[in-house]
Amino acid sequence: MITGNLKSSYATDEQVLNNRWKRLFLWLCIAGLGLIAAFGNNYIILIACQMGIMLIAVTGVNVVIGYTGLMSLGHAAFLAIGAYAVVIFHNAAGAIIPESLLTLAAIPFAVLVSAIAGVIVGLPSLRVKGLYLAVATLSANFIVLFLIEESFSAPWTGGVNGINTPTPNLLGWEMDTRREQFVLIATLAVLGLLAAQNLFRTRVGRAFIAIRDRDYSAEILGISLYRYKLISFAISAAYCGLAGALFAYFYARILPEQFELHLSLMLVAAIIVGGMGRTMGPVFGVIIIVMVPELIKVVFGALAGGGAELAMIRAPIQEIAFGALIVGFLLFEPFGITQIVDRGLRALNRWPFARG
Amino acid sequence: MLSVQDLHLSFGGIKALQGVSFTARRGQITAIIGPNGAGKTSLFNAISGFYRPDRGKVVFDGQDIFALRPDRRAALGIARTFQNIALFRGMSVLDNIKLGAHTRLGAGVFDALRYFGRAQAEELALRADIEARIIDFLEIDHIRKAPISALPYGLQKRVELGRALAMQPRLLMLDEPVAGMNREETEDMARFILDVQEEFDITILLVEHDMHLVMDICSHVVVLNFGQQIAEGTPDQVRRDPAVIEAYLGAAA
Repeated sequence: MITGNLKSSYATDEQVLNNRWKRLFLWLCIAGLGLIAAFGNNYIILIACQMGIMLIAVTGVNVVIGYTGLMSLGHAAFLAIGAYAVVIFHNAAGAIIPESLLTLAAIPFAVLVSAIAGVIVGLPSLRVKGLYLAVATLSANFIVLFLIEESFSAPWTGGVNGINTPTPNLLGWEMDTRREQFVLIATLAVLGLLAAQNLFRTRVGRAFIAIRDRDYSAEILGISLYRYKLISFAISAAYCGLAGALFAYFYARILPEQFELHLSLMLVAAIIVGGMGRTMGPVFGVIIIVMVPELIKVVFGALAGGGAELAMIRAPIQEIAFGALIVGFLLFEPFGITQIVDRGLRALNRWPFARG
Repeated sequence: MLSVQDLHLSFGGIKALQGVSFTARRGQITAIIGPNGAGKTSLFNAISGFYRPDRGKVVFDGQDIFALRPDRRAALGIARTFQNIALFRGMSVLDNIKLGAHTRLGAGVFDALRYFGRAQAEELALRADIEARIIDFLEIDHIRKAPISALPYGLQKRVELGRALAMQPRLLMLDEPVAGMNREETEDMARFILDVQEEFDITILLVEHDMHLVMDICSHVVVLNFGQQIAEGTPDQVRRDPAVIEAYLGAAA
């Protein structure tokens, strides 16, 4: 029994931040982001930006895998599409659109292109489920990278050698430092997370969950499986496209190899570790998935002082760590860190009257 | 209201339905009975659109719905429950019932992402409507926030009925609404079904093995056996029909 939870109207009952602790937590998070933007050193800013970009992508993956229950191993493709869309847009439209508006136009363009690609990649989900869908989306990942690398698209994408990326410019504010870009990334990440949370307070999000839990039953309630599976893919691809766009702005150069299968797997790992189908899942997952390689770096640095042989085996160790995390969570806590946190909060709420 | 004409359905060599024809009249409770494997659930699936019959017609409210997908049929006002409860187990009772109202709501993706504005107004109106019309009516206000997986069987059946009612259907199809219930739960459910018929003015079609329930609350009974329709009529007529007696008890030697 949860106590101290009295509501006087349906409006307050339907609120997400339905007690003062949740509101306090949100404000603390926003204040923390502000502190990072103001005082964080370069390393902290770098990590925070990486987390922000990943967070947006994982939020998108959460929509399709966590909430709609459609397995996808190809979401790196949407990041690639978003990133290349931004670069191509800048190069193609740079002459027509004034510099100060380019970013404002390029980001929606990237999101839109990714969403359309998402609908196309989502088409197999109408016929296949589970493992078969995973393979179908996996092939989408390879096809997209192949199209980017091929010689016919090289004039626009730079082929396997990659391409230099533009600097974001918001209405004349040129964001040429990472600190400035962090403001953009953090704002979009928070807004993206809020929008995803909103989605699942309404009929659209409920329809996704219904499809995940029991698809024939969803159909009997008038939910068109075709329509909502494609919407789900489009939304998640749009999120990944946004992440890809920010990725392109954040790094000086993008290469096709950055969007290979390992990125797709990282996105899936993040959502499994964080908690599938939960709002905070992507947040916890991304923190782990970005921090683990950094921790490994620190540990190796302390052990070897930067020896060349040890640096060689660092990459495989990282892969092993991700693999161990996925397997470990699937075995012991399939609902991820969110579940652990929930359990802790429940215990705290009951303390000292009961345990568990 | 609903009229099924000469419906044939087969899976490979198995003829699940062979020329079933009946009419469920507006505002009445029609029962479909028959021994196990008679094709009752197949008939339900054909009406709600999961199976595509080989031949025949399904006319709902003057409209031939034979070619429509299940979700389109639901939008026309056909709701159903399942024999083995098909609720969304991870969601709360309230969310399950809200899902029933899916086709009546209009918020699009962009409304949903923004929430404040149209989506919020719609959600609050829906919540008030569900509380007043369904949760109070079915007496499930104490469990409205409980997850389905935590509820006993009888209550789950009731929630599934609530979800179907949230669709504001014109035809309600109940697949064994009291299967596996004790007498008290059965009586409760019978009372709810009668109340639904009375208060919401809904046409009800039900499949049931509990003959007491069928004879007590139904005004029209269709009897199937091995996919064939062997009798149709009022409960009294059906009870005395020699073909029905033979199907249920076997022929006198």
